[in-house]
Amino acid sequence: MTQQTTPPVVEMTGISVEFPPVKALDGVDFSLRPGEIHALMGENGAGKSTLIKALTGIHSPTAGTIRVDGVERRFSGPADARAHGVSTVYQEVNLCENLTVAENIMLGAEPRVLGGLNWRAIRRQAATHLERMGLDIDPASSLGSHSLAVQQLVAICRATVGDCKVLILDEPTSSLDTDEVERLFTVMRGLRADGVAILFVSHFLDQVYEVSDRMTVLRNGTLVGEYVTADLPAAELVQHMIGRSMDVLEAAEEVLEQAERPAETTPLLQVVGLGRKGSVQPFDLDLYEGEVVGLAGLLGSGRTELARLLTGADRADVGQARVSGRPTRLRNPRAAMRHRIAYTSEDRKGEGVVDGLTVRENIVLALQAERGWMRPLPRKQVDELVARYIKQLGIRPANPEALLRNLSGGNQQKVLLARWLATAPRLLVLDEPTRGIDVGAKAEIQKLVAELAADGMSVVFISAELEEVLRISHRIAVMRDRRKVAEIDGGGATMDQVVDLIAGGGAA
Amino acid sequence: MTTSAPAGAPPAPRKTPKARAWKLPIRLDRRYLPVLGTFVVLALMLIIGGTRYENFLTPAVISNLFINNAHLIVLAVGMTFVILTGGIDLSVGSVLALSTVITAALLQAGWPVAVVLPLAVGAGTVIGLAHGVMIHYFQVQPFVATLAGMFFARGLCFLIAPESIAIDNASFVELATWVQIFGEWRMTSSVLVALIVVGLGFLVLHFTRFGRTVYAIGGGEQSALLMGLPVPRTKVLAYVVSGTCAGLGGLLFAMAFRSGYSLTGVGMELDAIAAVVIGGTLLTGGTGFVLGSVLGVLVLGLIQTIITFEGTLSSWWTKIVIGVLLLIFVLLQRVLSLRRT
Repeated sequence: MTQQTTPPVVEMTGISVEFPPVKALDGVDFSLRPGEIHALMGENGAGKSTLIKALTGIHSPTAGTIRVDGVERRFSGPADARAHGVSTVYQEVNLCENLTVAENIMLGAEPRVLGGLNWRAIRRQAATHLERMGLDIDPASSLGSHSLAVQQLVAICRATVGDCKVLILDEPTSSLDTDEVERLFTVMRGLRADGVAILFVSHFLDQVYEVSDRMTVLRNGTLVGEYVTADLPAAELVQHMIGRSMDVLEAAEEVLEQAERPAETTPLLQVVGLGRKGSVQPFDLDLYEGEVVGLAGLLGSGRTELARLLTGADRADVGQARVSGRPTRLRNPRAAMRHRIAYTSEDRKGEGVVDGLTVRENIVLALQAERGWMRPLPRKQVDELVARYIKQLGIRPANPEALLRNLSGGNQQKVLLARWLATAPRLLVLDEPTRGIDVGAKAEIQKLVAELAADGMSVVFISAELEEVLRISHRIAVMRDRRKVAEIDGGGATMDQVVDLIAGGGAA
Repeated sequence: MTTSAPAGAPPAPRKTPKARAWKLPIRLDRRYLPVLGTFVVLALMLIIGGTRYENFLTPAVISNLFINNAHLIVLAVGMTFVILTGGIDLSVGSVLALSTVITAALLQAGWPVAVVLPLAVGAGTVIGLAHGVMIHYFQVQPFVATLAGMFFARGLCFLIAPESIAIDNASFVELATWVQIFGEWRMTSSVLVALIVVGLGFLVLHFTRFGRTVYAIGGGEQSALLMGLPVPRTKVLAYVVSGTCAGLGGLLFAMAFRSGYSLTGVGMELDAIAAVVIGGTLLTGGTGFVLGSVLGVLVLGLIQTIITFEGTLSSWWTKIVIGVLLLIFVLLQRVLSLRRT
């Protein structure tokens, strides 16, 4: 390819971005050449968004230089970046549904006449842009009347108005279905042929492999490397992203200790063909008492979405669920709670703890909600309950009246666990219960999960850390691209196997 | 390459090529449905009034409808700008009163009309600017910021003039003349001013970048920002427009009643909001038209007229009917927007 000879249109060297005390990016180099689709890869928190925001001027780097077309630049914001040919299309369609397609494309760059907007020219120019993208829609129709995919394409259309040299697509495919993604890729290839440099971020490995020419991998704010897509096997890419070599991963397996899975006849929860459009493709899953089922997969692979369907947090479009053999519809979390299914969200702050309330209030929240507000729990019972869980889970400080916001992440997580344990669930779905907490607390929570299962509870354990999933799961369901792609026995599973499955190699 | 027809035609004329004939009902865009609803209600009221009462559909009655509501039309135009951005302006009633009081007090003190008029309108502009700055730069809720402005303006009224001040300045009184259109159709100059404001409001909202940015902000402020639109300036300007309209509304009010009084326009901001909502503008912003708001004002005015014609009904029925209408329109909008998602 001639790519090696073309000078890069964007060249970022030694970029550091700090949000004290955190270093979000540490000396990252990145270059983007005209006429290429360049994938930016990394797990969540790896610094992909930060790098994009540093380029478009939303964050200002504390060190490093950014060159666009050979000229050193520090953009003041997206508008400034756009004026210099660097446009961004975000995951959510950032357009105005109440305006027409034509306006959404042209707003800010409308042709005017005598100080007024020239509607006819606006519409004509918008039509030209749409045509170039191969979009056959009426520019005068309102944006809200079109599907998300079309809106996404309109957003790209808007980005290419004027002199667009660099197009940044941040997770543009997360809400599109297969056909729509194909349509988007066609457009992307067309733009590439026109010499536009495209920076593409996606959690979907298949898509990255299908469309990208090169990729840059980030991990924990540092550069892992730049690769030619065709030369980098998916399994290797996943390792780069997760950041552990195979040797280290294999060593971790030794910790894996397995309790015998009790011979069970009826699963506690059995789902058949459960799915939701735009969220998770239909899947089957059986959950037995006394068993820990791990969900493995990259972020965005549908782990959380699957959990939300299991617990009624999202409503399934298709499929059936049976609780202890009886057909049930898990329409909402309350319905799930009636069947003693509890769910702790991965978003501990947003959907979990109430940080302005005390430890005691947080622990009894679910139990109280279940009883209904008209029948308050007797204070004595509450105190007993709270004291028991503080002791059992080792919540520190061991003060029921401490405000939750003053607790560490690990202890907040324990409080959240206590809240659901207080409702005596039969199935406990834990979404990233160990994220962002220290090693000690992590080990404690893992131990607790094992104990709960030993006592007969069924646990679904979701974690981005494969080691952890492997260590405590009896069975592992592997997710990729919003599909459950495999189900393997936790005891016999190796890290290789799981990584291969996640990457789509299919070793099982 | 932008040499084409001059602006001036509304953004309606669209060629409909290809297989769009069968889509015709949908082509009558959902956006226009609420306004159309308001128009139907207005037409029904006129028809019912016309068949029920003699002398209802006469030039005098229709003229009076406009004359009595000229100030409200101006307020509603300004309010439309603010509500389109997703905000609200609770101060317009008080600002209108302040404008009447300033006008009356300054004229009484012997200031020339040419100075007094801009000052009275300018007072509204300044208060609107203050609202905009508070709301955008200090992130104060529009409800709270303009509530503060409402109390402030009302208080200022009493500070300037605790009692009603009559206006007897000859040149000011002369301003409030009748304009004959033809035959029995005549309007006051204030109606003319109101209609000009409506026209300007329409042009600004539909044919300027500022106007489209107002809509874009209502559609999604974050989106508008990321689209690189001048959100701060536009948001502040929307409140400036509303404040200015309130100031101008005060002038029209003073012209009509030839006095300035601190207690005028109590609750008038709610009438303006009601008119805008009945006119089909969504309180969440982004959808609505100035012309709808005018229709809304006319519907409110017509309710009053009909109840006056009825004679036996207590005038409080006006409020009840307005309340019911408001509820129906909000429910209608809810249904429409639900169907959209």
